[in-house]
Amino acid sequence: MSDILRIDDQNLKSRLFIGTGKFPSKRIVKDVLISCDAHVVTVALRRVDQDSDDENILDYIPKSCLLMPNTSGARNAEEAVRIARLAKSSGCGSWIKIEVISDNKYLLPDNMETIKATEILTKEGFVVLPYMSPDLMAAKRLVDSGAKAIMPLGAPIGSNRGLKTKELVRILINEIEVPVIVDAGIGSPAQAAECMELGCDAVLVNTAVAVAKDPVSMARAFKLAVEAGRLAYLSGLGPVIKKADASSPLTGFLREAQKA
Amino acid sequence: MKIRINGKEEDVDSDSTLLELLERKGLNKNKVVVEHNAVIVDREKLSSFSVKQEDIIEIISFVGGG
Repeated sequence: MSDILRIDDQNLKSRLFIGTGKFPSKRIVKDVLISCDAHVVTVALRRVDQDSDDENILDYIPKSCLLMPNTSGARNAEEAVRIARLAKSSGCGSWIKIEVISDNKYLLPDNMETIKATEILTKEGFVVLPYMSPDLMAAKRLVDSGAKAIMPLGAPIGSNRGLKTKELVRILINEIEVPVIVDAGIGSPAQAAECMELGCDAVLVNTAVAVAKDPVSMARAFKLAVEAGRLAYLSGLGPVIKKADASSPLTGFLREAQKA
Repeated sequence: MKIRINGKEEDVDSDSTLLELLERKGLNKNKVVVEHNAVIVDREKLSSFSVKQEDIIEIISFVGGG
């Protein structure tokens, strides 16, 4: 069965996107990416810290991965556009995860500014995947503005709380034609599988892997869960009912008298 | 002369090039992106780009992020 996720002109070999923040060391990032066969990998852009080591995170990302820098730190569309242009000029491709946040408590994205940034960057030739609050009208406007996928949050960033926005994400899956990727809040492989069973095209996980006791084997667990969830979705889940529906035959019981 | 690099005021020789600034900081030009007064500078132009008094320079690189 051929089941490849295609975004822009790329056939993606994995439906598990990996974020590279919060890991105990850069070295472990490489092992994590290899252990889960990651394809799309996110990074951030920051001012060079002259006091820290000069090792670059890019040195630990296999060349076979597709880099998707984020615009974290942007508080409005203008700042997101600036960060995206910096990322592109580094020569790491044209994929960009738009992330516009001005709410410091819950880190919820600003959909309106995200739409503005998506429109500008799409016109400049970026492949734009926006992080968003799962709102149908905002999602439609993002698609109209050129978004190649939409990335609704499952729960606040880093919260590990799972797919709390399930009913809204379900609507996006039904109504939006571009891929739907749950980004943020996914804290366990079971939660990742739940997203995939629902019909999401991919999930983006960072914190749950990075803060695990063994990030390398946790990444593998997420890979298996995403594959299992996807296969379940494609196989067609059975209906949920309120009463029982016996799985063994309801005839031929030993207690029944044979009729002559 | 004084310029601002990543938000911090620094004293540099007049007519220093951006490439010289990077080298003095031990930075590899292929691993950073440089912005001069909010305009991105092409890597190939770093060696010929001289900074002026009160210029604002940003030196950016990739870090882990989600």
